[in-house]
Amino acid sequence: MTEFVIKIEDLCKSFGDHHVLDHFDLSLIRGENLVVLGKSGSGKSVLIKCIIGLIEPDHGKIQVLGQDILTLDQTDLDHIRVKVAFLFQSNALYDSMTVRENLEFPLRRHSFQLSAEEVDDMVMEALQNVGLEHTVDMMPAELSGGMRKRIALARTLILKPEIILYDEPTTGLDPITSVEIITLINKIQEKYKTSSMIITHDMKCVKMVAQRIAMLIDGKCYAIGTYDELSTSTDEKISAFFD
Amino acid sequence: MLVPKAGLKSFLNETGETFRFALRFFQQGFRPRYEVEEFVRQCFVIGYQSLPLVALTAFIIGLVLTMQLRPSMVNYGVEVQIPAMVGIAIVREIGPILTALIFAGKIGSSIGAELGSMKVTEQIDAMEVSGTNPFKYLVVTRTLAATMMLPILVILADAISLFGSYLAVNLYETLTFGLFFKKVFDNLAYIDVIPAFIKTFFFGFAVGIIGCYKGYHSKKGTEGVGLSANSSVVVSSVLIFIIDLIAVQIAELFQ
Ligand SMILES: Nc1ncnc2c1ncn2[C@@H]1O[C@H](COP(=O)(O)OP(=O)(O)O)[C@@H](O)[C@H]1O
Ligand SMILES: [Mg+2]
Repeated sequence: MTEFVIKIEDLCKSFGDHHVLDHFDLSLIRGENLVVLGKSGSGKSVLIKCIIGLIEPDHGKIQVLGQDILTLDQTDLDHIRVKVAFLFQSNALYDSMTVRENLEFPLRRHSFQLSAEEVDDMVMEALQNVGLEHTVDMMPAELSGGMRKRIALARTLILKPEIILYDEPTTGLDPITSVEIITLINKIQEKYKTSSMIITHDMKCVKMVAQRIAMLIDGKCYAIGTYDELSTSTDEKISAFFD
Repeated sequence: MLVPKAGLKSFLNETGETFRFALRFFQQGFRPRYEVEEFVRQCFVIGYQSLPLVALTAFIIGLVLTMQLRPSMVNYGVEVQIPAMVGIAIVREIGPILTALIFAGKIGSSIGAELGSMKVTEQIDAMEVSGTNPFKYLVVTRTLAATMMLPILVILADAISLFGSYLAVNLYETLTFGLFFKKVFDNLAYIDVIPAFIKTFFFGFAVGIIGCYKGYHSKKGTEGVGLSANSSVVVSSVLIFIIDLIAVQIAELFQ
């Protein structure tokens, strides 16, 4: 039986009279890598921010791990947010803190019972996952773009999330670094058995990670399928992405 | 007519939002988890950042005020009253308001810019989605630190100002340190000191909460950050004068 970890129904969001999301439906199955594909400005970030409760939709229903996040109070929402990690397009590293402090920040505020050594071990484990143990005492500003992305990924992993939402994980990176990040995404999914929703317009990324692809076009989930199914589609709006 | 009307509406809107933001401070600030470490760090940063400028200004004001008062006092033959007069002026008004305005310029803008840039680079959102409370970590600590540090700075500024005044008096005549301060304090009653001290907590709170509010609601882009820093200073300075005006009225009631 397929278990849905995220279930979005009839989601609508407008800014003024600009309908960004227009009756959008989508579900994320436990353990899968789902890519949401859409062109720049199509509302991908808005969608993913609705899921985590950063943007309040005008209409619709969003269930995350069986709970309707739009009706939760702050405490319950925070509980869900621990289980759902979010990788920002801009990384959003805390630039006044070292890498270690960045990783400790969520940890110290959720796992009070941890000793200093345990916190340290978890920080090092998260850094090991992304291969950047040596940067632990550096400031984010001293790191390259690819390294920053990996640290941001390590920070999302530190609370051992069940679901990871990636907002354009390869945008702005060079092709080689992009492949490294994609490989890392796959490795993490295998190791921790997370469910991932990856938002992108980078076709190389799509090809390497996607088990299913949802096309976000005109604010709707226009089509959904595997890479092979969609790449052979004769629909102009879909095939435009696969040229 | 359209522009002033729209302006008034957005002004009232903004005022309401600021009050709600301040209310949130009282709702969330006194419930665990307490961000003690960050609060202590902010106290240090805020005090350290503003102390040099506050000290320098206070010293010069004390010195200059005394020198400029002197000719008229001599004219009336009451130059012995200089310490008493300067003492009242500094402790009741000049010390608090001047320190608060410098504080607004220095700390208001730096809080506004810091939180503003955290907002536009999505760092505040990142705290939010990791299920931690950015309001507690950023706003409560900074506002509380500003509220606690400004009164301390004002006391220091008063002392430095009076010392400046003591030096200025001694440019013209010889007055011992002990006698100068005896003259100052003989003329100061609790009713002069206490209200002046209490209002500085409100000044500090105003600077902290406005800086945080402006930063927290910064518009996207680098321009937004500059705007946040700038309007923090403007709004908190105006608020300081308004609070001062109210404080004087209230103090009058007890006189
Ligand atoms: N806070 C906002 N206020 C107004 N418009 C917004 C806001 N956030 C996003 N939009 C608009 O929504 C549309 C989709 O944005 P976004 O989801 O960021 O696109 P992308 O698919 O590139 O991530 C854009 O046209 C953008 O202008
Ligand atoms: Mg985006």
